[in-house]
Amino acid sequence: MNKIWLIMQREFLNRVQKKSFLIATILVPLIFPAVIGVMAFILMKQEKSASISVVEVLDESGKMSFENSSRFEFVTIQGTLEHAKTTYTESSHFALLYIPDFDLSKPEGMTLYSKENPSIRKIDELESLVEKRIHDLKLEQFNIDKETLKSLKTSVNLKSVNLSATGEEKASNSTIFYILGFALGVLIYMFVLIYGMQIMLGVIEEKTSKIVEVIVSSVKPFQLMMGKILGIASVGLLQFSIWALLIGVLSTAAMSLFGLNMPQQQAMEQVMQQMDDPEMAEAAKSNEKIMNIMQSISDIPYTYIVFNFAFYFLGGYLLYGALFAAVGSAVDSQQEAQQFTFPITMPLIIAYFGLFMFILNEPDSTASFWFSIIPFTSPVAMVGRLGYNPPLWQLILSQVLLIGGFVFTTWIAGRIYRVGILMHGTKVNYKVLAKWFMMKN
Amino acid sequence: MEALTAKNVTKRYTQHTALDDVSISIPEKSIYGLLGPNGAGKTTLIRIINQIIDSDSGEISIFNEKLNPKHIGTIGYLPEERGLYKKLKVGEQLLYLAQLKGMTKAEALEKLKVWLTKFEIKDWWNKKVEDLSKGMAQKVQFVSTVLHEPKLIILDEPFSGFDPINAQLITNEILELREKGSTIIFSTHRMETVEALCDHIALINKSKKILEGPKKQVKDAYKTNTFLVEHIGNNFTLPADKYDLLEQYKIEDNYHHSTIRIRGADSPNQLIRDLVDVTEVHNFVEKIPTMSEIFITLVKEDPSL
Repeated sequence: MNKIWLIMQREFLNRVQKKSFLIATILVPLIFPAVIGVMAFILMKQEKSASISVVEVLDESGKMSFENSSRFEFVTIQGTLEHAKTTYTESSHFALLYIPDFDLSKPEGMTLYSKENPSIRKIDELESLVEKRIHDLKLEQFNIDKETLKSLKTSVNLKSVNLSATGEEKASNSTIFYILGFALGVLIYMFVLIYGMQIMLGVIEEKTSKIVEVIVSSVKPFQLMMGKILGIASVGLLQFSIWALLIGVLSTAAMSLFGLNMPQQQAMEQVMQQMDDPEMAEAAKSNEKIMNIMQSISDIPYTYIVFNFAFYFLGGYLLYGALFAAVGSAVDSQQEAQQFTFPITMPLIIAYFGLFMFILNEPDSTASFWFSIIPFTSPVAMVGRLGYNPPLWQLILSQVLLIGGFVFTTWIAGRIYRVGILMHGTKVNYKVLAKWFMMKN
Repeated sequence: MEALTAKNVTKRYTQHTALDDVSISIPEKSIYGLLGPNGAGKTTLIRIINQIIDSDSGEISIFNEKLNPKHIGTIGYLPEERGLYKKLKVGEQLLYLAQLKGMTKAEALEKLKVWLTKFEIKDWWNKKVEDLSKGMAQKVQFVSTVLHEPKLIILDEPFSGFDPINAQLITNEILELREKGSTIIFSTHRMETVEALCDHIALINKSKKILEGPKKQVKDAYKTNTFLVEHIGNNFTLPADKYDLLEQYKIEDNYHHSTIRIRGADSPNQLIRDLVDVTEVHNFVEKIPTMSEIFITLVKEDPSL
């Protein structure tokens, strides 16, 4: 055990001290905030002064009244439309809302003047504000008591929010979980491939540099193999942790730099706002879709996902890593390795396609079930299903089988490895591998 | 005491037998030559001693203890196929290998200082192995073999790849290590090395041990009662029932060389007496077989061939 630890440390340090590791570890996360930064910048351009837009209101009807919100500040002006237009163009205000004298049953002629093309969202918001005011006026016109109206409105609004929220939420959740499943599945696929190759190359290097005979006179071949596999696993975990951390920190930094909040925060604020101020509920309705997505992002059961992801991440890596080590031990060069790496990567590639064809679209189908149960495909498949809340018994079955799977591949790989690393210049095919496997120690 | 004994060690692979009932015993503080042609089974035996592979049957003891994982630290092994981690620095590499042998880091550092100073390679500490010449890398490898002060040192073709100066350096180190109490096993088919250094030998051929013993004894056993004589004149005859004249040639003028074998139980003195009567003897020496001759004779005569 002590020696596995030593080898693990060595493998870890060897790789972590390399310049290429440092560069990859630092550069990759920089790409994400850069992309987010650019996006935020564009967004900001679109919604200049997104926080509060000042809207001038020229109300010839005298019926309108708007309350300032966190998004709009309304400035009532007097005078002719022409005059208002000139003053508006000279000002830095967002828009000029012109309301002519109108008939309540047929409201027409309302115009929004602006210097640039305002976003559809903003127009929507303003429209619903106007609509709501007219709606109120109509109720008044039909002699509905204002107090009754108010209480009635409140309850109605609350109810509608809840109903639509549940309805919408489901739809948007599946989008989120599709993206989540996609990202996690691809991440595992890439991790297993990249780091599996690293194991293989490491073993080939030890073999071709002939160091291996010295090493195995001090440690058991199995210890050497496990030390290498675990050492590289820790490199991978470290790299991903740094990435996750850096991406998180830098993205937050990039967002706050451009005056945006983290999605969760924003969603929370909007929810709060909605609860405090039922009047705003309808205005916020246009945000509902985005909000629901934000909401479901914050609704993701993070601990559950992180724990299970880490499990499949390691399980899949160990399962395939052992096989890659066996291939490395059997061959004398990287070129020779290709004939063996193909059959190993095959199930992984099948799992990758299965992820798109079955798992993400129909997470509860029979195909998805088998994909997420068989240890060779389950690491990619099951993380794809995580968001869709797979039945607990399937999750447990899949994990137990995965543990069994990597114990099994490690056992097979160990038997091939112990013979393979000491063989040079043999023409290796599957028959030879089988012979090595059967060989007594 | 025996540094190592192997009793009836057998190792079979599916297609061939690598070691067939081999027994050897290596006395403590000896330099033991493990000889044999390529593919005879030397490396298999060495790997079994190093616990890299297991034997099918038979038993190996080291200093009267049954071979077990504890002995990893007792043995220092320099395989024929040399190798170090190319990208690793000399210092880190030696520390790592020493720790794998069971030394603590502090111990290893202390010992390393001594060895690196001795070999004048102290300033290589931060050099990567890939930047070293072959000879330099060999030195590093030798240090890694003996750093943990093994009581049993196994050297597989230790001089291949060394220039004469480094070979001499290593030879001196080997002799010094023996003085300090280590037992050394040489696996080689370089007979000069065996001739110069070994005091015991074993010959393995076709998976079987066909000869073992102290070098002197082996040589004596293979003496053929043949003598090399230099003399004046060649027109003489010796009694043909007593002697075989194997070879005769002229060295210069009337100065000749003869190789003569005594057929019966006569002593060399009798041969001298007989010679003195017929010619003027200038030089008389017994022909002692070289290890190379014994090796070739035995391997060629081996009935299993």
